[in-house]
Amino acid sequence: MGLFILRRLGVMLLTALCLTFVVFFLTNLYPNLEKLAKTQGNQRMSDEQVVSWLENRGYMQPTLVKYGQWLGVLPGFTNTLEDGQFVGSCARPGSTPDTTPRFCGVLQGDWGYSTVFKDEVGTIVAKRLGNTGYLMFWVLVLMVPTALLVGILAGMREGSALDRSLSTFSIITTATPEYVSGVIFIAVFTSSTVGLKWFKGTATQAMDNPTFENFFLPVLTIALYGMGYIARMTRASMTEVMTAQYIRTARLKGVSFPNIVMKHALRNALIAPFTVIMLQFPWLLNGVVIVETLFNYKGFGWALVQAAGNNDIQLLLAISVVSVFVVLVTQLISDIGYVYLNPRIRIS
Amino acid sequence: MEPLSWTGSIAFLNPILMIALVALAVSVLAWILASIVLPEPQVIVNPDGTVSSGGGLRSLVETALWYSFLASIATVVAYLLLGVFLGTGAGIVGAVAQQFLPVWVSLIILFAMSVAFKRRLGLYGKLFDSPIGMIGFALVMFWVFTGIFGALDLIVTHDPLVQISGMKNKVPGTPLPNAEEGQYAWYLLGGDNLARDVFSRMVKGAWIVVQIAPLATMFAFMVGITLGLPAGYYGGRLDTFLSFLANLILAFPVILLFYLLVTPEIVATGVPNYMAAVLFIFPILFITVLLNSRYYTRPKFRTPLLIGVLGVAIWLYLSLISTGGYMIRTEDYSIWGLPTFLDLFDIPGGILVVFVSVVFVNSPTVFRIVRGLAMDIKTRDYVAAAQTRGEGPWYIMLWEILPNARGPLIVDFCLRIGYTTILLGTLGFFGLGLPPESPDWGSTINEGRKLLSIYLHPALPPALALLSLVLGLNLLADGLREESLKD
Repeated sequence: MGLFILRRLGVMLLTALCLTFVVFFLTNLYPNLEKLAKTQGNQRMSDEQVVSWLENRGYMQPTLVKYGQWLGVLPGFTNTLEDGQFVGSCARPGSTPDTTPRFCGVLQGDWGYSTVFKDEVGTIVAKRLGNTGYLMFWVLVLMVPTALLVGILAGMREGSALDRSLSTFSIITTATPEYVSGVIFIAVFTSSTVGLKWFKGTATQAMDNPTFENFFLPVLTIALYGMGYIARMTRASMTEVMTAQYIRTARLKGVSFPNIVMKHALRNALIAPFTVIMLQFPWLLNGVVIVETLFNYKGFGWALVQAAGNNDIQLLLAISVVSVFVVLVTQLISDIGYVYLNPRIRIS
Repeated sequence: MEPLSWTGSIAFLNPILMIALVALAVSVLAWILASIVLPEPQVIVNPDGTVSSGGGLRSLVETALWYSFLASIATVVAYLLLGVFLGTGAGIVGAVAQQFLPVWVSLIILFAMSVAFKRRLGLYGKLFDSPIGMIGFALVMFWVFTGIFGALDLIVTHDPLVQISGMKNKVPGTPLPNAEEGQYAWYLLGGDNLARDVFSRMVKGAWIVVQIAPLATMFAFMVGITLGLPAGYYGGRLDTFLSFLANLILAFPVILLFYLLVTPEIVATGVPNYMAAVLFIFPILFITVLLNSRYYTRPKFRTPLLIGVLGVAIWLYLSLISTGGYMIRTEDYSIWGLPTFLDLFDIPGGILVVFVSVVFVNSPTVFRIVRGLAMDIKTRDYVAAAQTRGEGPWYIMLWEILPNARGPLIVDFCLRIGYTTILLGTLGFFGLGLPPESPDWGSTINEGRKLLSIYLHPALPPALALLSLVLGLNLLADGLREESLKD
């Protein structure tokens, strides 16, 4: 088991390195750098001015060198401009050659400086992740129990009326992407035309003061899309368990139906949904980006949109590291949990 | 011109529909409750040896459900039929029903033909045994026909890009201020923020989805199958390497990938063209290997066949990836492509990058599915028999394993078209790739959502359209799965 986790961690590290390099490569293509120079410097810069702006700030070095600097294995780029301004990959506005560290990379715990928000990337990501974490927590609280309940009730008696209606419900939720359900919810529950002003159409205030009124719709929108898939997987797993030999034995022994479901079937039926829930995280991340844009909730997804829209290289890298980390860790947890929950599978 | 009301002269149907729907809702609830509370119906064995299940409350509830369902359907059909005949006399519903007339006719012909010949049509025919599958198929075909006829300018009432002054954010059924001769006199579903017709934009948006989604899914399947079969069949190093690559792409959050790939700056560097050049080779490889592995024992037949097929395929490939005589054209350098007089069609950079990134995102998942299926099927006896016969590995993969994996693959194909539709909508929602005035559903939803609290009508039609298409594809996949499991 230890060796397995170690090997998985190695693969994870390799994947993270490859992915960040891809992001690094794509954000450092020349047209992107040109856009960065124009947004940071001056919109009306000529081509030569753009090149000199980029050269002065070290953006024209080979991509591998820049990547090494970002990782922190190569010393950071520094330069003093003609007007005496000190710039460099480790420099912050107002810092001097003496106060700037020689290495500044991820390995040193320095995530860089965001060119859009004019702040340390580390603090931005931490703050935005906090907001999104709060959102995700409530999404999970709403989504997982509901999905499991729907799946178990549907799979308990295959083909019954309850099964058919709940299955239809879960198919409809999987067919409704967040931007469709969000728009419908906003239209029905918040607009002045329909008149059911139950909720607020934006979650901007929810960052400081989350209430049921301003926070429920974003949570519901994300939870609903993920719910259908988990419910269908749970249903499939439950129907399979309910046809197993030991359930029939229990039935023939005269165990009551609620007892069969609760004591005999449930635990075995929940193994498969566990992996599915864990693997659902990357999709939730997508939902988070859409919903945060739709409801104007300034979290991680909102930061991603801002960073990508303005080619904020270092913020974008940090965001991709975090999201890749989330994806890989959930994969690891789902693998370990699967083995742990299912004693029949042992890793050699 | 008078503004149109929703139902016009067929308003007498509204109370009937309300009653039917309420009855349907009540009977569905009663049906669910009855299945939980009431005992299972007893089966009675008759003296003549037949069995019949006794009546009781449960079957009563089921009868009620069936009749209220029929009543609702009949009312809806009545709306549509009267609408088709009365047109704008029957309000917005009638006018919309009349505009969709070619779609209704094609749907009826298609369903009549399919039901008549369903026993001779294989899996497709069996679809008409499952009500779920039929509903799904009807929804999907509705949008397919809408897309096709919309592209032929049959259904649309106005040009989706033309703005008519005075129609900004007008509610559904508003007449044009000074309609000219030959111009449709109403905005059936209202005007959007830029005074364009919402109805026509929704219909035109269907064409974009119907064009891109199935084609992109097909390319993703070609890539996934061409790589997944050898990975599953051979295993070993090749499998490890390809699986690592697939996991690498899957670990990327889709939206981050889109934001990195689908930007004008990236299009300017030519990266999508390189990706297109690589990804679109896979279908050619697939076809070549498919035909060669089958007919290599008959070179006299094989060689002309391959030359013909490959000639056409490579011509299509080159016209696909080259635009204006160049394959890649950036400021610094360019690569020559097909000369313009041979170039069959040009794909605008925006569409190409959307297409490529959707294929790129979908193919690793297909790869994983195909790999899993190949690993499972290669242990079967018929594969061993083929190996003993001395068949080549590619013959076994493409002509023994692939046909036997078709069930799950067809089901996944339907689901994946739906997922691709959602992805296209996501791209439009974030304003990536497609031009901002494009009538695709994602972009329209994105524009409409900004004024959602005041004007509902610009955002809701495309949202419901997308919902119903994806729902149809999901139901179709469900029906297919059910029917293919019956074999």
